[in-house]
Amino acid sequence: MNQGDTYINLTEKEKIWAVLQTVPDPEVPVLSVIDLGIIRDVIITSDAYSPCNGVKIVITPTYSGCPAMDAISFDIRLKLAEHGYKNIAITTLLSPAWTTDWISEAGKKKLKAYGIAPPHTKQIVCDTRLFAEAEAIQCPLCDSYHTKLISRFGSTPCKSLYQCNECQEPFDYFKCH
Amino acid sequence: METLGFAINNKKYPVEDISANLFVREKVDFLLHLADTNLILAQRNAGWCGHGPILEQDIAITNISLDLLGQARNFYQYAALLLNQLAANAMSNATLNFQESGTGIRQAPSPLEMSGGEVTEFQDSLEKHPAEVTEDTLAYLRTEREFKNLLITELPRGDWAQNILRQFFCSAYQFLLYEQLIKTDDVQLAAIAEKSIKEVTYHLKWTSEWVIRLGDGTSESHQRMLTAFGELWPYTGEFFMPAGYEKKDITAVDTTSLNQPWIDRVTVVFKEATLGPIISSMAGAGFMQSGGKNGIHTEHMGILLAEMQYLQRTYPGANW
Repeated sequence: MNQGDTYINLTEKEKIWAVLQTVPDPEVPVLSVIDLGIIRDVIITSDAYSPCNGVKIVITPTYSGCPAMDAISFDIRLKLAEHGYKNIAITTLLSPAWTTDWISEAGKKKLKAYGIAPPHTKQIVCDTRLFAEAEAIQCPLCDSYHTKLISRFGSTPCKSLYQCNECQEPFDYFKCH
Repeated sequence: METLGFAINNKKYPVEDISANLFVREKVDFLLHLADTNLILAQRNAGWCGHGPILEQDIAITNISLDLLGQARNFYQYAALLLNQLAANAMSNATLNFQESGTGIRQAPSPLEMSGGEVTEFQDSLEKHPAEVTEDTLAYLRTEREFKNLLITELPRGDWAQNILRQFFCSAYQFLLYEQLIKTDDVQLAAIAEKSIKEVTYHLKWTSEWVIRLGDGTSESHQRMLTAFGELWPYTGEFFMPAGYEKKDITAVDTTSLNQPWIDRVTVVFKEATLGPIISSMAGAGFMQSGGKNGIHTEHMGILLAEMQYLQRTYPGANW
């Protein structure tokens, strides 16, 4: 993937990562695209025929049909352009497939503060046993583990719907994947 | 004595070239079969939007629809990439041929023309869209005979039992199929399968639970499952009847070999749903419908496409 690069400027790369940290996920705006773990690579390309360097951002979708991916690409492009970057290319990589393990620790804390239960690290809920109760999901509002699954499919492809038996609040769980 | 080769457009090709081209074209057909199956099933499930029995399940079935649509897009994008490459090759060959023979020859086929089916049926879409193939041209500008989806996906949505059972049959099949596709040496196809199977796992679990809930529910829901089974069963045989393009070097799997694992998987759920007797009496029996993989569809398909493609047919290139 890096074969076309003539040089890699680390500090420049770090700057781009810092810019990406300010691009929010459109569905869960407290998370940046970095927190979400969908930025797979930042590559600085230089073109011998062009005075300015190009930037290539490699992203991976959370879910195949996630409608936010187009918006995310657009937002990344816009934010980089705001910071004076040109020749921006955004490519999508499907393998290895995105997993909730890639959501950063900071991201998980932000999710909880936002009222969405963060995904557990183990993919217990993904087994195929029928009616298998998911592992206890902690209510992001009152911290109780006394919660129940309402539906495995929630308001967006990446979430399922839960309800807390203690405080009775319904909440979203960022389902493991 | 003439050397081995094929003559296309007055030009001789060595054996290796043409077989490579054929390989890619068959792979495109297989990708379109996968994409079309997902797209049409997504379209049918989307028809439940606003009609689900309760809000949560309305959201669930449309979530599944969205997953299927996303997977279809991945397959279409890959197919479009290969078709455009094939067209570029054909164009450079045609140019070569023209320079060599100095005579006017048939123009290189456009990528749309190469997306399969009968050439005559393309004339309309070709004239409007001579440019390159995209996921959108594949979804919106091909005709009924060019679609290679499984017949079961195009049947009307029926009642909740029928829709659940169809999605269950399809998810169980896709789970087994994608498990194998992950192992192909085609990196992109394997990546799409790897991504998709995570979603299919959720679909399979959700539909399995619903089959049990309905089969082992009230006498009304049980009866509706039996009716749904009668409607859908004749369309399940097509899963395992390989089309010409489903060759093992393309699919990495012998399609027929998935039949028994599929029956086993379905049987486990059916037994728990108190539907055991019907599956054991029907497994491996009965007349099976086929044709979808080769573009021969039911009478429902044309109506579905008329609705799905209406906007792009009426306002070509419309965007939002």
